[in-house]
Amino acid sequence: MPILIVAVGVAMSVFLHAYITGLMNDSIEMNAKLSFGHVKVVTKSFAENISQMPTDLALLETTALKEKLSKEFPEVAWVERIQFGGLIDAPDENGETKSQGPAIGIGIDLLSAPTGRGGETERMGMAKSLVRGRLPENKGEILLSELFSQKLGVNPGDKITLIGSTMNGAMSYYNFFLAGTLSFGVQVMDKGTIVADIEDVRLALDMEDAATEITGFFGSGYFSADLAADVKEKFVSNFPNPENDEYSPVMLSLKDQGSMGQFVDLSNTMGAIITFVFMLAMSLVLWNAGLLGGIRRYGEFGIRLAMGEEKKHVYRTLVYESVMIGIAGSVVGTAFGLFFAWLLQTYGLNLGDSMKGSSMMMPTIIRARITPVDFYIGFLPGIVSTVIGAMLAGVGIYKRKTSQLFKELEA
Amino acid sequence: MENIIQINQLIKRFPIGKGEFTALKGINLTFGTGEFAGLIGPSGSGKTTLLNIIGSLDMPTEGEAIVLGKPISKLSAKESAKLRKESLGFIFQSYNLLQVHTVFENVEFPLLLLDYTTSERKKMVMDALEWVGLTDKVKSKPPQLSGGECQRVAIARAMVKKPSLVLADEPTANLDAANSHNILQTMLNLNRELKTTFIFATHDEKVIGYLKRKIFLKDGLVDHEEWIKK
Ligand SMILES: Nc1ncnc2c1ncn2[C@@H]1O[C@H](COP(=O)(O)OP(=O)(O)O)[C@@H](O)[C@H]1O
Ligand SMILES: [Mg+2]
Repeated sequence: MPILIVAVGVAMSVFLHAYITGLMNDSIEMNAKLSFGHVKVVTKSFAENISQMPTDLALLETTALKEKLSKEFPEVAWVERIQFGGLIDAPDENGETKSQGPAIGIGIDLLSAPTGRGGETERMGMAKSLVRGRLPENKGEILLSELFSQKLGVNPGDKITLIGSTMNGAMSYYNFFLAGTLSFGVQVMDKGTIVADIEDVRLALDMEDAATEITGFFGSGYFSADLAADVKEKFVSNFPNPENDEYSPVMLSLKDQGSMGQFVDLSNTMGAIITFVFMLAMSLVLWNAGLLGGIRRYGEFGIRLAMGEEKKHVYRTLVYESVMIGIAGSVVGTAFGLFFAWLLQTYGLNLGDSMKGSSMMMPTIIRARITPVDFYIGFLPGIVSTVIGAMLAGVGIYKRKTSQLFKELEA
Repeated sequence: MENIIQINQLIKRFPIGKGEFTALKGINLTFGTGEFAGLIGPSGSGKTTLLNIIGSLDMPTEGEAIVLGKPISKLSAKESAKLRKESLGFIFQSYNLLQVHTVFENVEFPLLLLDYTTSERKKMVMDALEWVGLTDKVKSKPPQLSGGECQRVAIARAMVKKPSLVLADEPTANLDAANSHNILQTMLNLNRELKTTFIFATHDEKVIGYLKRKIFLKDGLVDHEEWIKK
């Protein structure tokens, strides 16, 4: 029975830790996949003006650069992307402007078999986000966020025009067919986003073999600040920029971009605090359970002492038993906690509509994430608290006169 | 008859709040080997306190109780544990059996503290259960037994190592008349056959009827004694 209490407590601790880790990670990963990457390479000037998405400061000869990056960092998946701003113009039957709206565009590899080079459509969860129509299958097809398409009054199959500026600063017009609409479940993205194949964007904006960025994703699928720092360090030594050239590539990690650094740090701190508070609470519960378990046995200790067992020995067996209970409970609890965390990691929990309207990029599907910490984190409250509780209960064996231990039982 | 217990001017005070309460006010008593004696008195007269000191579960405040040659007030924790382990048996009102263990294990427990082999223990436990007529309940656990059966297990546990002295505090308080007579008869038989000394603390008339020596306590003092001729 005490094993069960310990096991439940430990299971809850382990599960909560995995859950918090997953929650924090999902937000970070969603941001990473949609825009920041785990690391990205841009030109020095682009990095300095990143919020304006200046296509004229894009990287050149990106095919070669990407190959070089892939060779240097095989553990990172590299993809070319173009982030750009523009205006979407929806014409009526006569070709006159029916509606217009500003758009934030992202050009990614949508068309290479099977799901885009580097798995971009899958990475961005396109199939799941699709509301109407289908994903682009041919050149010249584009995706709009659902909300944006409603605002413009366009439907899949309609023709729309992207009005942008080329790398050289000239106005450009490029016609697309609307293939489908997407809902990211994130307000900032849903307002006015267009997603086009990178080759189309290159044609539209006159960016032959250029890209605003080459984005890298870690093989683990999770951002790691340590790995990012390693990769950056290696990048600086392999891609030196002695002349401080404006157009030389520089590397930014997820944490270097926007408020993501703060967000990552905040997530880690929050996760640590929540976990700590919960562990503390759990420790108190288990400590108390251990204490009560010991006190409930004062009658038994009394009779054992009456039969001539020494106090020292009674105390030692009490503590020894609590260690056994702590270990057994922690092992069982960790197993169960990991199992439930694994379920939540694998299948996820769809919060769906309850998250709508959030302006932060928060994922709608909650997933746990099991980290190595989860394998031992439960042992802390599980064993330590249980044993401390038993030890404190055991102090009563010494403090009280033997005759008193019976009174405790009779009362 | 040689003396197994010698009590001289025994005083026991308990601290109560800031003051103290004197539960035993100067007891002088001598017990011989093989006695079947009882401390009799109303609730609060000091029976349990005296029995606990004789059993080295508690210490005298003043005076001395010499039990089997050992002065209780001078014993270390280790020495008093040794005295209890080797020579004393206890029987309580509330049985105090270990609930999750079988009858066999409960009775075997005192032997585990002594150096007996498994087969010796088995024989001794079965003998003790035979004395109390519980050989068919070896594998039962206390929650499955009646109150009378539980107390018989407790008697077997107290007797299994054949101690010189058995201290029984209100052993019949939770039992009906039939069971009370049954266990008293059992203890009387053991007293005769094994020459074990029994000291009771009781105010139960049924128990008093079996006693060979009645020591009446009143307010922490021996009021008077009665001896029953054999
Ligand atoms: N540990 C204790 N602290 C304070 N008073 C006690 C303690 N033990 C017993 N007493 C008091 O001593 C008196 C005698 O108690 P006890 O020996 O248990 O009596 P009896 O067993 O005859 O009913 C009672 O008044 C009781 O309240
Ligand atoms: Mg009493």
